[in-house]
Amino acid sequence: MSKLVEEAIASVPVEEKKYSSKDFQSDQDVRWCPGCGDYSILAQTQRVMPDLGIPRHKTVFVSGIGCSSRFPYYMDTYGFHSIHGRATAVASGLKMARPDLSVWVVTGDGDGMSIGGNHFIHLLRRNLDIKVLLFNNQIYGLTKGQYSPTSEKGKVTKSTPFGSLDYPFNPAALALGSSASFVARTLDRDPKHMQTVLKRAAAHRGTSFVEIYQNCNVFNDGAFFQFTEKDSKDDHIVILEHEKPLVFGKDRDKGIRLNGFTPEVVSLKDGKYSVNDLLVHNETDTTLSFILADMTYKPNLPRPVGIFLSVDRSCYEQEMDRQIAAAIEKRGVGDMKKLLNSGETWVIN
Amino acid sequence: MAEKQTQSLDEVTIRFAGDSGDGMQLTGTQFTNTTALLGNDLSTLPDFPAEIRAPQGTLFGVSGFQIHFGSKEIHTPGDQCDVLVAMNSAALKVNLGSLVDGGHIIANTDGFNDRNLKLAGYSSNPLKDGSLSKFRIYEVDITKLTALALQDMGLSSKIVDRSKNFFALGMMYWMYNRPVDSTMEWIKKKFGSKPEIMEANVRVLKAGWNYGETTEIFAVRYEVARANLPAGKYRNITGNQACAWGLMAAARKAKLDLFLGTYPITPASDILHELAMYKNFGVKTFQAEDEIAGVTAAIGAAFGGALGVTTTSGPGVALKTEALGLAVMVELPLICCNIQRGGPSTGLPTKTEQADLMQAMYGRNGEAPIPIVAASTPADCFEAVFEAARIALKYMTPVFFLSDGYLGNGSEPWLIPDYDDFPDISPKFRTDPEGFLPYLRDESTLARPWAIPGTPGLEHRIGGLEKQHLTGNVSYDPQNHEHMIKLRAEKVDRIADDIPPAVVDGEPEGELLVVGWGSTYGAIRSAVGRVREKGMKVSHLQLRHLNPFPKNTGEVLYKFKHVLVPEMNLGQLSKILRSKYLVPAVSLNKVQGLPFKAVELENAILDILKGSK
Repeated sequence: MSKLVEEAIASVPVEEKKYSSKDFQSDQDVRWCPGCGDYSILAQTQRVMPDLGIPRHKTVFVSGIGCSSRFPYYMDTYGFHSIHGRATAVASGLKMARPDLSVWVVTGDGDGMSIGGNHFIHLLRRNLDIKVLLFNNQIYGLTKGQYSPTSEKGKVTKSTPFGSLDYPFNPAALALGSSASFVARTLDRDPKHMQTVLKRAAAHRGTSFVEIYQNCNVFNDGAFFQFTEKDSKDDHIVILEHEKPLVFGKDRDKGIRLNGFTPEVVSLKDGKYSVNDLLVHNETDTTLSFILADMTYKPNLPRPVGIFLSVDRSCYEQEMDRQIAAAIEKRGVGDMKKLLNSGETWVIN
Repeated sequence: MAEKQTQSLDEVTIRFAGDSGDGMQLTGTQFTNTTALLGNDLSTLPDFPAEIRAPQGTLFGVSGFQIHFGSKEIHTPGDQCDVLVAMNSAALKVNLGSLVDGGHIIANTDGFNDRNLKLAGYSSNPLKDGSLSKFRIYEVDITKLTALALQDMGLSSKIVDRSKNFFALGMMYWMYNRPVDSTMEWIKKKFGSKPEIMEANVRVLKAGWNYGETTEIFAVRYEVARANLPAGKYRNITGNQACAWGLMAAARKAKLDLFLGTYPITPASDILHELAMYKNFGVKTFQAEDEIAGVTAAIGAAFGGALGVTTTSGPGVALKTEALGLAVMVELPLICCNIQRGGPSTGLPTKTEQADLMQAMYGRNGEAPIPIVAASTPADCFEAVFEAARIALKYMTPVFFLSDGYLGNGSEPWLIPDYDDFPDISPKFRTDPEGFLPYLRDESTLARPWAIPGTPGLEHRIGGLEKQHLTGNVSYDPQNHEHMIKLRAEKVDRIADDIPPAVVDGEPEGELLVVGWGSTYGAIRSAVGRVREKGMKVSHLQLRHLNPFPKNTGEVLYKFKHVLVPEMNLGQLSKILRSKYLVPAVSLNKVQGLPFKAVELENAILDILKGSK
């Protein structure tokens, strides 16, 4: 960061203050449809922000286009509502220029996986220290109900009256395939879990990718109810916890066992298998993360929720700064006058 | 051996041509640097195929490099060449049309064997069949002479073959009385880690020079005295290098970090290559995944308080269009460098054109005015891009910097400017939370405040949705929308108060004004000079600021009976001038991927002057 930027920022006195979630609420009216899952995500984000220890003025939310992308307007931080699909690229430039900022991207399944798919995968492989929250509602909401790249095949929508033909993306697997260093999945209707995941995402150094199942009650109501509603969720999701066996079910009587490389559901009741036979989660195991992400969309397996992977990998913007520091160390701070007069020159009298 | 005769010339144009793997660009560049060091004025035109290594000996694989140098002022790379160095038959065939009648051909005879002749589509050897009788032919078996010079070194035939361009270079150095020293130094530096190749190249270079000295076939050598250029220190510079350095100088004078978000594209990539070297200047270069990420990352960096830049060519601008509209809406400084090439679509990637003016001017959805600054010579890219940065920072706006393939790759001697003479263009970041509104504008410039993340108390949101006047909140109010549209337009229009007036070269009124922009400068300047030498009057206006135009542009145009606008497109500036000033501007077009020849403009000027008598 340039001296001019440094001085500008330093010229304003900072008042030490203890933030509350209210400090992160902007004065703008929230305009999502009543009942939208986005409200919960906004509330959980505003709730965890005070605990992160990052001042409001150092926090920036960047978004693209779509319902989710209105998010920055409602956060009383710095915000940039950019163009469709490009939030990850805008945020990358911002983070490279200003590694001192806490940069968050809010995107959706259309914005992030479709029009912005390219920038999404490249952000993950570069591993800039940016937090990406992908609101996945498996539908285009803002354009009023067309199928999205995460909609299930055969989805009947306005644009696919005979059913969609595309096979859906599995965002977690796509992220892992892009060499993401942090991949998690959480649910709009589980505030506690979401808060835990958001805090972990914030603490991670590198790109944190959080897929949030979000109900669009207008165009795709109930898409995730299996995984979120009281009477069904326990049998349909398995919560990933580091170093713990994969147990699930209302009576915690089922588990996931690896048969070769293939996960399968086993009963813990019939005496054949015990907890000791189950797959034990390890957030730092890249290979395992692929197996777990691949459970998504498998009809006979519960949907994994939680942190798939969290590993350390160097951040692009830090390496960029390191190269610059090394060049200055080696060649001294560049002198424009000298440069103009460098190389082959000649004098005419 | 008879004493060789030396003849003085005041200008010469030489074209080196060969296979794209023959090192013709390198040969031309070395000849250029040596010539510059001798104090000649010069202008160059690299002309190479889009293919990296097209099949050997084919017509489409021919790569050329033309240099026009002299003891007088040189403004163009030369309409026609006086000397053609042809490394093979294809090179001869492709370039013969640009050789002046009576011109010299130096032909590498090994490149005229049956296979090569066939590939070039010759049914008989033009060197032997008399078809080149109006030219002076020098047959030299460069390939064989190179091999002889290296025969005791035990090098692979590939390395031997790769050295032959230095033989041609050495010969030309001899013929035009240039020392081999600076190229020797360059070879030693470049191949320091490969002593064998270094030794081979040095030997072949000298062998070429000695061949000229001792052989009987060259009876005459030439001398071109140094040019009477303004006093001072000079260097040779290409347009792309000047652009890169201009950006670095602007960032320094703005006291900001330079951030380049870009994607490789011909002919703009050299700006990235150049900037990537200067990490010790704090330059951050980001080779993004695509053109869109390049520009949006630059916008993100600008939001953070950096001097955001993106570099590209026409097809890349097409992809960046939506993001440029975003930069207009969020009113952040940004420089978009378009090094134009032949279009539409992929078009002619390695050839030059000026057909993106309308794209820069109007090519966005909605009313989205963007200031435009165009460079007129390779070295001028330095000052023009600096000016683009000044405008961007002062008015909080994206700015187009227009150059083209001819300027970007072309080079000329540059009177090195005094860096201290460039103004401080540092912005004043908003820091005071008291009374802060993201869209409360400066009364004179209409620029909004630049409040960067990290500043306590200035937390705010910007975005692509229409802004409410002053607050910057999202607004769908019809009156507000029109008001904001007009404010953004007025902001750009007001830049006219802050740029130099249009200055005419020649009489301020009269029969004919030639109006140019960008790289047509050199050809217009030469043509106008020739017409004046004939005792006729013609004036010249070269526009650097194309949006907004200098305030007095209309007054200047109205003082002439005829306005001629030569452009490498189908008449884009002339359309704008006609619509804005209601003048009967006449368009002169050339869209062949090549710059205008001075003679083409001279004839057009003469036609108008004769016709109006």
